[in-house]
Amino acid sequence: MNRFAALIDALVFMPSRNGKIRLLVEHFATAPDPERGWALAALTGALSFREAKPAAIRELAATRVDPELLALSYDYVGDLAETVALIWPERPERANSLPPSLDEVVEALRAARRGQVMGLVEGWLDTLDSSGRFALLKLITGALRIGVSARLAKTALAEWGRLARPEVSVDDVEEVWHGLTAPYAELFAWLEGRAERPATGAGAGFRPMMLSHPLEEEDRVALDPAAYAAEWKWDGIRVQMVARGGERRLYSRTGDDVSGAFPDIVDHMNFDAVLDGELLVARDGVVAPFNDLQQRLNRKTVTAQMLRDGPAWVRLYDILFDGDEDLRGLSFVERRARLERWYEAVQPRRMDLSPLVPFDRWDELVALREGARENGIEGLMLKRRDSAYLAGRPKGPWFKWKRGALTLDTVMMYAQRGHGKRSSYYSDYTFGVWRGEELVPVGKAYSGFTDAELVELDRWVRNHTTRRYGPVREVEAGLVLEVAFDSVHPSNRHKSGLAMRFPRIHRIRWDKPAHEADRLETLAAMVVE
Amino acid sequence: MSAAHQSNQGGSNPSRPHPDRWIKVLPGGLYVEPGGFYIDPVRPVERAVVTHGHSDHARPGNRHVLATPGTLAIMRQRMGAGVGGSLQALDYGETLRIGDVDVRLVPAGHVLGSAQVVLEHAGSRVVVSGDYKRRLDRTCAPFEPVPCDVFVTEATFGLPVFRHPPDLGEVGKLLHSMALFPERSHVVGVYALGKCQRLITLLRAAGYDRPIWLHGALEPLCRLYSDLGVELGDLRPATVAAKEDLKGALVLAPPAAVADRWARRLADPVVAMASGWMRVRQRARQRGVELPLVISDHADWDELCRTLEDVGAPEVWVTHGREEALVHYATSRGIRARALALIGFEDEDSEGISGGEAS
Repeated sequence: MNRFAALIDALVFMPSRNGKIRLLVEHFATAPDPERGWALAALTGALSFREAKPAAIRELAATRVDPELLALSYDYVGDLAETVALIWPERPERANSLPPSLDEVVEALRAARRGQVMGLVEGWLDTLDSSGRFALLKLITGALRIGVSARLAKTALAEWGRLARPEVSVDDVEEVWHGLTAPYAELFAWLEGRAERPATGAGAGFRPMMLSHPLEEEDRVALDPAAYAAEWKWDGIRVQMVARGGERRLYSRTGDDVSGAFPDIVDHMNFDAVLDGELLVARDGVVAPFNDLQQRLNRKTVTAQMLRDGPAWVRLYDILFDGDEDLRGLSFVERRARLERWYEAVQPRRMDLSPLVPFDRWDELVALREGARENGIEGLMLKRRDSAYLAGRPKGPWFKWKRGALTLDTVMMYAQRGHGKRSSYYSDYTFGVWRGEELVPVGKAYSGFTDAELVELDRWVRNHTTRRYGPVREVEAGLVLEVAFDSVHPSNRHKSGLAMRFPRIHRIRWDKPAHEADRLETLAAMVVE
Repeated sequence: MSAAHQSNQGGSNPSRPHPDRWIKVLPGGLYVEPGGFYIDPVRPVERAVVTHGHSDHARPGNRHVLATPGTLAIMRQRMGAGVGGSLQALDYGETLRIGDVDVRLVPAGHVLGSAQVVLEHAGSRVVVSGDYKRRLDRTCAPFEPVPCDVFVTEATFGLPVFRHPPDLGEVGKLLHSMALFPERSHVVGVYALGKCQRLITLLRAAGYDRPIWLHGALEPLCRLYSDLGVELGDLRPATVAAKEDLKGALVLAPPAAVADRWARRLADPVVAMASGWMRVRQRARQRGVELPLVISDHADWDELCRTLEDVGAPEVWVTHGREEALVHYATSRGIRARALALIGFEDEDSEGISGGEAS
């Protein structure tokens, strides 16, 4: 466990991305199998142990520490693994017992029967020091939050792999990744030049998706309209449908398997293809507000009522594989023709084609984009007609061109401490607008400001607190936050009866008196039925 | 049990009023009514008793200031002419009668000159401890526990997640990193008063005898400490040093300068910070600290708890910090405890964010 704990600590404290990559490369080069594979699995979020959930860890810690002090500490630190690692009482006899290795920990946890896991964890916590406890708890809960994304870990893996295989890119790693399981012996063997590249193409694995850049005005004036096709950017979640060899999977943009939450889509994937599209809730082909889709996200199972109330739909953008044929090297125009032909032939239910938006000049698109305020449209996508389907976010072939945001002057009402990097800063703000003489909350935002502004906001919250509720502070009605959002919809979840889509802090109006902030009627008038 | 320990029941005895009848929290701070003075007032007052020289405790503009000679020297050094009206020195252990109160200053072990204020009035003894710590510090006199009826304590690190490891182990981490990366400068963020000089004495005690380079803001207080007899060894100004000299050098700077343009003159610096907050990884990360050193001038959780035992007070008031946890702990030990909710002290988990000095 010591080497892994040292790696985790070094990564936590390493501020630069390149420094993190260096640390990871060094780890892959020096740690043996299977240890480096388990470490990689932990860093990419591929490990989780059924019984080692945060609630169980909290309960375990409460057997050693006053629960009230534990709760106050957790509130302060903002990270359960770190809190428990720091608060766990040191035992003098620790020096006499050997801490477990990472392999031992993983193997014991995998072999553990129901009810045994927390007993094992307790024993290990008693033999580890605070760094070891931190690493163990991070490992078993599967959410490291140490500033290393799965993508960064794979980038480091590719960089290390290039020592033996100069041709390897991070997208090659992504591509083979989904066919493999921890501790990834075949992956390491391939990257060390000891074995062939692991097979992909068959199987229902995820293929890295092609992503777009926001279109800046200076980019646009340089673009030739004839070189680009336009289509609507639908306001749902990007998905990849994979139906291969009898297996069916629905993946989110980041490769998370969300099949379980959408049986109404998976049931109709009776074809052999890999498709790219937007997951929506739609009734009779009419797209519902994003809020309706939200009811169905982040669920492991769905009820019959949810399936009835919020029927899922996929609007198709692209085709990656038709049967065994890999179409990703074709141009957008050719793939689009294949997609239309495929759709005509298969006629899948609960899916339709995202229409292209014909245009000759940019000003036509500008008018279309601003006019499109109905549900489901976030803006436009521009795709180079001759572009292949490339993994990642290459600059140039695809642009997203969101319609202009709506803005509203609101008043900060509550502030909550953030987590992870922002723990102990008041970084999540609930804001409201005036209804008569009272403020009613209309949304919550935790982005859109710089680190320097966060410091200012944090100080303002601390100096203007009127009440405290655990991690939440109520503040004086004294700070105007100009909030930007994509749209607003009726909602019965909020006291104000309205819900914003993608609210973020646009500007902090230190200069503006709170009583001059907007009124609820103003927000209500922005609703598009 | 000493006389001071016999608790008095809620001020029911008129000849021995409960201390909350004569010590009050006013907008100016903690006010001792029968003496007519404030302790560490947050705004200018007629009469102030100052526990130590940190800027959130020692503020300019008071008409009359009482403090230890060390604290007064620091205040003069930092504030110059703005220090206030008349300054009166009171040595550790000596008693001065102010109005109807006997006042005595006792070492707090926080920084040079830091004192607890022992107040005796109408048969009760109250100790206002200011900021304090319990471990060895070669730059100041060690904390002395004084038995009392009411103990007024800080709670900067008043959560059981805060356990400061042994100082020399932390200094060892710094020396190890310097041995590992001999070509890189190591720049350590330290507060100008107390932490800076303590870290230097710890390094010297660990055998580090090379020159230590100082940011300009740290120089005056180091000079003052030297004048007052604290041995700091070979100190040199980093601000005028050639870049070549700073390769592999140890540089001390105020926390704000460490992450600033100032540090860019250094050769590929390892950024370190010496503070009790460094115990929490996410806090160190927020500051971009690569080498966190858990070295604090405040009592950690264990020291706070031990101090409550040592002074044996049946009642505890908590001034600032994470008061809920310490109040909860004291109550669970049968001690009457409450938070005074004093405002104006910089540490409300904002150290480093605001550039405050409590760490």
